[in-house]
Amino acid sequence: MSTTMNGTMEIVYEKPKTLTDNPTHYCPGCGHGVIHRVLMEVINEMGIAEQTVGVAPVGCSVFAYNYMNIDMQEAAHGRASAVATGVRRVLPDKFVFSYQGDGDLAAIGTGETIHTINRGENILMVFVNNGIYGMTGGQMAPTSLCGMITSTTPYGRDEHFIGHPLKITEMIAQLPGAYYVARHSVHTPAAVRKLKKAFKASFESQKEKKGTCFIEVVSNCPSGWKMNPLEANEWMEKNMFPYFPPGDIKLPATMK
Amino acid sequence: MISGTVIIATEICKGCELCIASCPQESLGLSTSINRKGYRYATLLRNNCTGCVNCALVCPDSAITVYREIKSTKRQSQSAQPTVATQTA
Repeated sequence: MSTTMNGTMEIVYEKPKTLTDNPTHYCPGCGHGVIHRVLMEVINEMGIAEQTVGVAPVGCSVFAYNYMNIDMQEAAHGRASAVATGVRRVLPDKFVFSYQGDGDLAAIGTGETIHTINRGENILMVFVNNGIYGMTGGQMAPTSLCGMITSTTPYGRDEHFIGHPLKITEMIAQLPGAYYVARHSVHTPAAVRKLKKAFKASFESQKEKKGTCFIEVVSNCPSGWKMNPLEANEWMEKNMFPYFPPGDIKLPATMK
Repeated sequence: MISGTVIIATEICKGCELCIASCPQESLGLSTSINRKGYRYATLLRNNCTGCVNCALVCPDSAITVYREIKSTKRQSQSAQPTVATQTA
């Protein structure tokens, strides 16, 4: 596509080259598409597409490697951070990121997540939190909110029986290996811009081998939440943000 | 006011309406026809677009390409030198 239109208009925004032309399998309005694009935009703008290795998870974003036009590796359920550790150890000069959802990172992969960050592996971990198992039909995830109706908690999540939603981002921020921990969202243009800055800062810090960067993205799941995309974003702001407030959780002194 | 326009990949669009809600000019709306997937796709209803990029930022399917008018001073310098800086937000 040309960069100008009739010589009077110029492109100010287009799909980055680091995304493939495959149409995504995500539901309409799903946050995954935006997060994929923002991540790939950062890689494209930094010119590190040839030096980046991504690790895809199990969950809705299991086909992330079909959409990200960089070197990707698929990991077993919950083990994306462990695979990323291996990639990092073998290829110490590359940029490595793992991309996981809440059912992957905060449930079956809790052990791997904690130990990867405790070792301070020099990787970026992207954690997409939508409070539900989207891929398998909207079951309760560890991050489902109290009272939230899912297909396995039809009367709402009872915290006395099942426990409280897991604030894994706050938890891992306590670990000495965590360098930069932040929570963002993608429901508004301003939030997308902030997330982009966070991804950029994370990749910059990888150059200096500072430690694990952990970015949680509070996202929506219109299908799992049984809402349309606009209602889902509204619901997220109203219900998810009080429990999972966006902002920096552990900010290194150099980024302040 | 700076004028701009958007080109929407109608076959990629899933009609989630997030771009429509994010547009400060209310330029976007859903089409009356459907695409091959069966979705009503986003389309430019009015030509008051300013090329603010908000719609493209929230599009989950990267279906939107945004164009903005080149300022006249910039256009002159560009005619001498054909390289175009693609500024992304």
